[in-house]
Amino acid sequence: MVSPRLALLHEPLAVEPLVALVEADARHRGEGCGAVATFVGVVRATHQGRRVERLEYEAYEPLALRTFDQIAREVAEHWPAAVLAIHHRVGALAIGEASVVIAAATGHRAEAFQVCRFAIERVKQIAPVWKHEFFDNGDAWVEGAVADPDDAGARQIALERACA
Amino acid sequence: MRVKVLFFARLRELAGRSEWTCEVADGARVRDVWSAASAAHPSLAPFQGAVSCAINAEFATSGAAVRDGDEVAFLPPVSGGSR
Repeated sequence: MVSPRLALLHEPLAVEPLVALVEADARHRGEGCGAVATFVGVVRATHQGRRVERLEYEAYEPLALRTFDQIAREVAEHWPAAVLAIHHRVGALAIGEASVVIAAATGHRAEAFQVCRFAIERVKQIAPVWKHEFFDNGDAWVEGAVADPDDAGARQIALERACA
Repeated sequence: MRVKVLFFARLRELAGRSEWTCEVADGARVRDVWSAASAAHPSLAPFQGAVSCAINAEFATSGAAVRDGDEVAFLPPVSGGSR
């Protein structure tokens, strides 16, 4: 059973309920909750110089949820007292709308920022979610790396970016 | 045996469908399902070696064995973004 902290949603994302959720869950762990960091990815109006009119996210939802759960377990290995939430939007989005919201609750601020950064890097590396951008004169799928959840090198890169 | 194949994102567009059912021999592996899929949808061929695979919504290697009734998904590179 995947936690309600991890979700793919077909409706607009909200930050504050996620902040409340992770704070409540972290309050009684470790030293208690002293910090919540959030990351909000939003739809940008341009991509490589082209004007983006709208964007669609497509996901293999059951696998994406399992991937989020893997990321939460990786976070638990490195930051045992942290509580992580990941909500990713799917479907059609307008410029400026949130595509992903991540919230990380920890005892102190440094770890909250680290967990947040690690989680978004891992989402980008391994979650089966695809971005389809529509321009005024065409469209393009945004494709990066072939997802490999067991690639320790990629995980290490995410960790280094988080802890830089 | 029969497996259900799922295509996502650009693979879905190239194949012209999101789902496809195919017959494969007993003992087939994910790579054999890919061979059948790309034979039936030649536009997928350039993605050979550049897809991730899943069986029943769990990541799987190309050498993983498939069973009758399995759902085999082929996933193009994810949206990534290095900055």
